[in-house]
Amino acid sequence: MKGAVLPLGLVLAWQGTATVFGLQSDTLSDPLQVLAALAAGLGDASILRATVQTVGAAAAGLMLGAGLGAVTGLVCGLLPVLSRLLRLLIEVLRPVPAVAMIPIALLVFGFGARLEISVVGFACFFPMLILTETAVRGLHPLGRDVARMLRLSLPQRVVKMVLPAILPRLFVALRLCAGIALIVAVTVEISSNPMGLGYRLMLAGQSMRPADMFATLLWIGLLGWGLNLALVRAEHWLFATGARA
Amino acid sequence: MPAQILKVAPRPQPVTAAPLIRFAGVGLSFGRTEILRGIDLEIAAGEFVSVIGPSGCGKTTLLRLLAGLQKPSAGQVSMAGRPLRGPAPDIAVVFQDYANALLPWRTAAGNVALALEARGVPRPERAARIAELLQMVGLGAHAERFPAQMSGGMQQRLQIARCLAQDPSVLLMDEPFGALDAMTRHKLQDELRGIVRRTGVTAFFVTHDLEEAIYLGDRVIALAPHPGRIAHSFPVTLPPQRDQLSTREDPAFLALRRALFDFIQEASA
Ligand SMILES: Nc1ncnc2c1ncn2[C@@H]1O[C@H](COP(=O)(O)OP(=O)(O)OP(=O)(O)O)[C@@H](O)[C@H]1O
Ligand SMILES: [Mg+2]
Repeated sequence: MKGAVLPLGLVLAWQGTATVFGLQSDTLSDPLQVLAALAAGLGDASILRATVQTVGAAAAGLMLGAGLGAVTGLVCGLLPVLSRLLRLLIEVLRPVPAVAMIPIALLVFGFGARLEISVVGFACFFPMLILTETAVRGLHPLGRDVARMLRLSLPQRVVKMVLPAILPRLFVALRLCAGIALIVAVTVEISSNPMGLGYRLMLAGQSMRPADMFATLLWIGLLGWGLNLALVRAEHWLFATGARA
Repeated sequence: MPAQILKVAPRPQPVTAAPLIRFAGVGLSFGRTEILRGIDLEIAAGEFVSVIGPSGCGKTTLLRLLAGLQKPSAGQVSMAGRPLRGPAPDIAVVFQDYANALLPWRTAAGNVALALEARGVPRPERAARIAELLQMVGLGAHAERFPAQMSGGMQQRLQIARCLAQDPSVLLMDEPFGALDAMTRHKLQDELRGIVRRTGVTAFFVTHDLEEAIYLGDRVIALAPHPGRIAHSFPVTLPPQRDQLSTREDPAFLALRRALFDFIQEASA
């Protein structure tokens, strides 16, 4: 709870300043107005509709990108030959900022959810690939000998030995990618895609409604925080108990 | 169905019987480094062969060749008359590093089950077999424990149980008790001898511990380094019934220990 002291103090100071000096601005707003705008947005469900669009696209992109990334990373981790073949391509594509893919995705998909999903997918693919491959590579080499001596088939080895061993690290990677997905989804909406929370934020800013703008911003912050918290809790619940104790 | 493994096998007659395992002129090089050279070795079915030698002389490598985990660059390893190509279903390996050889997210029963799953043993038949194997290694009461909840000795017993689940005719062990304290080691040595005698399995046992090599073995193979090669093969002339106290005081035991000790001193110099 100590963590709440500073933000609350700042908000109170901000509100105090605004009240004392009678803030009138097209760019700033005071906390009470922001809260009122947030309440209004929740009241008419406009902010919820935008949330569903953003989170939906982020989740779909996450599943697509992280899913493909995990599979590719797994295969690359198990087959070093393939990893070497793909390395150059990956190293060239990986540093490309996901937003740089927007023009291309726009040409292919036009505006809408698919644009956003594809860019989010691109952003999530590489971190997931690299973290998964590293996790597989990091497994103790003895596991491979054990699998060979027991004559486990490759699918059996993957399902019974590799996946359970890397699952905790896979989940951490997923959590990281979920954060990236939300950021990229909002970025795509701010920069081009007319939907979701990012677009709502842009619109509020352009039409001089700072309270609404800050309300949306606050909401995005809360959303990201809540998402991370939920995933951390899930991680604890899944991996910190029972067998791994 | 009573397990094959509980049948008492007749003691082997190493002289007359055709060897189960044969190394013929086996050599292995990694690039320009020659690790093993000119290995000729025959092991009879049911024989217990201990392998000693100075550190880095190629004991583990020799075991990996027999396991089929490593291909020789010269010569041939064959089993029951057929050349070995990769890991064989009836050869099992007990690794020294039990912690990394077991699956920490599976219970003792689950770890044994892994070997049965790999062999395609139908689920209904597994439980009885698992119970029997855990019983055999003295873990009958700990089937639901996870490896992290077990001592080192128990974990190594568990790994042995998993190997036995393969119904192996050959059991390879690479310093399996090297990480255990002396008391536990002695206990496990006796248990291992019991299991080997009851199952009639052929054992190939790598160790740093000269006394252990003699105590367990029917024969002790001594490897010399650079490149690794068989320097001596010492028959163990002790009676099959062995005991931690009296066997270790037996004059034959002491003489052999002296011979092995001198060999190691010389080979490591
Ligand atoms: N994959 C490999 N590539 C190159 N050299 C190797 C490889 N594996 C082992 N060696 C070398 O082969 C030699 C024999 O190794 P090995 O592990 O068989 O010895 P060891 O007798 O089991 O030793 P220790 O008693 O320490 O376990 C060593 O010099 C080692 O450095
Ligand atoms: Mg070794």
